[in-house]
Amino acid sequence: MAADYVLTESDIARTLKRIAHEIVEGNPEADHLVLLGIPTRGAVLARRLALHIGDINGVVPPVGTLDVTLYRDDLGDGAMRVPQPTEAPEGGIDDRVVVLVDDVLFSGRTVRAAFDALIDLGRPRAVRLAVLVDRGHREFPIRADYVGKNLPSALNERVSVYVEDVDHEEGVRVER
Amino acid sequence: MKHLLGCEGMSAEEALNLLDTAAEFSALAGRKVPKLPTLRGVSVANLFFEDSTRTRLSFESAAKKLSADVITFTGQGSSLSKGESLKDTAQTIEAMGTHIIVVRHSSSGAAWRLAHSGWLHSSVINAGDGTHEHPTQALLDAFTLRGRLHGDGAIGKDLSGVSVVIVGDIAHSRVARSNVHLLTTLGATVTLVAPKTLTPSEVEQWPVRHTTSFDEALAEHPQAVMMLRVQNERMKGSHFPSPREYIAHYGLSVQRFRKLPESTLIMHPGPINRGVEIFSIAADSPQSTILEQVTNGVWVRMAALYAVHGQEGS
Repeated sequence: MAADYVLTESDIARTLKRIAHEIVEGNPEADHLVLLGIPTRGAVLARRLALHIGDINGVVPPVGTLDVTLYRDDLGDGAMRVPQPTEAPEGGIDDRVVVLVDDVLFSGRTVRAAFDALIDLGRPRAVRLAVLVDRGHREFPIRADYVGKNLPSALNERVSVYVEDVDHEEGVRVER
Repeated sequence: MKHLLGCEGMSAEEALNLLDTAAEFSALAGRKVPKLPTLRGVSVANLFFEDSTRTRLSFESAAKKLSADVITFTGQGSSLSKGESLKDTAQTIEAMGTHIIVVRHSSSGAAWRLAHSGWLHSSVINAGDGTHEHPTQALLDAFTLRGRLHGDGAIGKDLSGVSVVIVGDIAHSRVARSNVHLLTTLGATVTLVAPKTLTPSEVEQWPVRHTTSFDEALAEHPQAVMMLRVQNERMKGSHFPSPREYIAHYGLSVQRFRKLPESTLIMHPGPINRGVEIFSIAADSPQSTILEQVTNGVWVRMAALYAVHGQEGS
């Protein structure tokens, strides 16, 4: 099945390392940095990014998760969505530079919801956004600061990120 | 789910979804702002034809933590005393623009009637109907049990292998009925303890054991003992000879409590009758979950409101 990945396991690893370098470059004060992954796969990617950042500057930033389910603007449209854990990193997010991490950036609605969720946790100094894939079709004026790969897609396509920790396979696929 | 009417027929998956959702809501307790915007614009009506201060306040608190608007109707001093019917009262309240109706009623089946008669568009949550069901109570009991037994790792776990003894007026208890269905669906073993006069006839069809001997049930060292409140009106009736006799056979007394391992959880849906079904030594012990049950009731009711949200009219 590896053939139909648009990003393979090694592509993902290389991409995350590159993003880690960009984050370190943009945030020289390492002790202010906090990563918040959006469950499910964003949380996995955030943990990996943190380790890469640690490899680069010797400080592994605190990692947390930020679930946006309860802040979505489309609740009640379908079956009940069970919320995933939100775990603020040790030390909280007040006055930190928070890097939100998600797998795919699409309409921007998840990120919009994440802002609301974030404000309920505290008052960060700044918020950045890192995504593995940007597939376009934004419905909100939202742009990622760190993008793994721009993947122009048709609206009727599905861009799916699979990570070993959750899916027992690794890669990015475009599915119809 | 469109309505939450009872635990009978609820699948293990539905139950676990509710418990896991409640678990995420419980994380609010540590937040500076313990409130979510999730049900903003949703209007919840509490229709308490039978009064119950704790359940009503618990539902109100749950709705408010989710940013819903709440209106409350209680039976006393209301249009009920002027002879208005269940249908008319509910339709009148819904006409004020409600989405979710939480109903407590002394008649079994009242919630089902409201949900399935075509009278309303709102989602209905049963907050206790007669001697039938009280699903959010059972959910909060299961949530409390799971939390005490599995701690932080409780999410996703059921109650397989957990043994629970439920003691008291099983026949008239909607709490017991809902717990029988929910706890067994989640994999727990349930033993009901009651005098013959307070054991319902359908007990034979339930996936539970039943006995008239409390001491026999305790000798097996269940992980949890759930005491039910003895209602005053039963004391005067023909269900048992005297309160003293009931206490002697079915009270969680000092002697009975002392024989229990320290790990046995003591549960009670409240309000408790100290010195009747439960003695202070048990109610106030570290193994008592009574106040925790009250706290968890808010998280579980938030999960119930969240689960039915958006399904009204469908």
